[in-house]
This record gives sequence, C-alpha cells and structure tokens, in this order.
Amino acid sequence: MPILASRDQDAVRNEFQRIQGPVKLVVFSQELVAGDLCRQNEQLVREVAELDDRISVEVLNPAIDRERAEGYGIDQVPAIVVEGARDYGIRFLGIPSGYEFSNLIDSIIVASSGDAQLSEATKSSLAGLTGDVTIKVFSTPT
Amino acid sequence: MRLAQHMAVASDKVTAVAIEATEFPEMSHAYRVSAVPKIVINDRVEFEGALPEASFLDAVLRADAPAAS
Repeated sequence: MPILASRDQDAVRNEFQRIQGPVKLVVFSQELVAGDLCRQNEQLVREVAELDDRISVEVLNPAIDRERAEGYGIDQVPAIVVEGARDYGIRFLGIPSGYEFSNLIDSIIVASSGDAQLSEATKSSLAGLTGDVTIKVFSTPT
Repeated sequence: MRLAQHMAVASDKVTAVAIEATEFPEMSHAYRVSAVPKIVINDRVEFEGALPEASFLDAVLRADAPAAS
C-alpha cells in the first residue's frame, strides 16, 4: 500500500516543477537496528523519487558501507542525505513525515539548484563563518 | 528545518540535520527536547520554536563565535 495518497502525489509533483537539476537521495537502512522504520523510510523515499525523473535513490547500509556512512557523518538509521550537484549537508534522521515531509520536498528543490532562498544579508553573513556549524532541528510528526 | 537546510546550501560550513524526536528518544533526551521544534547549533546555542531568518542567523553566528574565555 502506498504511503502517499494520490492527492499528495499530485501536490508534490506540482512542487517538483521547480526542480532545476539532478538530485540524489541517499538512504541509510539497517534491518537489524530498526527494520520497520527503515522499510517505511525507504518506501517513502522511493515513492517521492518516482514522482520526478531527476530524482535518484541509493540505499546504503551503515554496517556494510561503513566508509560512505562515515563520509556522510551518518551513524544512525533510518537516515536520508539529500544531494544535488554536491553534498550540501542536508540530512534527515528518522522518517520525514508531517511537517518534515514538506521540508524534505523543499530540500530536494533547493538542492537541485544550489540556490538558497535566503536574503543577501544572510548569505553574506554565512560567508563569514569561521568554523563548521551543525544545526540540529528536532521535531515530531504532528 | 527550512531555514537550516537553505543555510546548508548557502554555506559549505553548515550542515542541517532534521531529527524525528520520537524515533530517537535517547538523543532527544540527551538534548533535553521537551517542545518542538527545538534547534541546537554546534551543541552550544539552542532555542525552541520558529524564528525569523535574521534571529535564526544571529543564533548561528553566536554558535560560530569563539568561546568566551
């Protein structure tokens, strides 16, 4: 049974008209750690990717594809990395449902262009960052 | 997460991680998540609720600033 209802698919397809280039969704799954959640997460990502030809999916197992997982800084599952022309540093831990689902869709669109929708003042301040910055955003499905 | 992910695209130095709190209870407990959204930047600056872009940026810049000695 699909996770996305047909009206959700239509809404997302409509949003995806704004995609500018290829996007890869790298999914991290590990059956032994969180089988059900990983299966649901993988299914959701595949359903999203089916809505636009420019989106591809790769599934990795952090226990097997260790070097790749470390390279992405992923040590928990389920997880998703949203990559455009390069890895911009967008990660989702846990199934992006509810409000985070809209953010997954938005992240695909912004990663496809590499063009952040931020004010020029914000962009120029960010250009002055001296070290690495990790922003964790905790949310719940509802 | 929206502002965080756009900041990640704008800057090579920024990583944005959306965490589904109920699926990662240990991490949520460690970061004392009681209300969502809760934002934690460099494990140093944190706030709850949505902020406008300028205030969010201010939090990011504070997290990047050298620690006061």
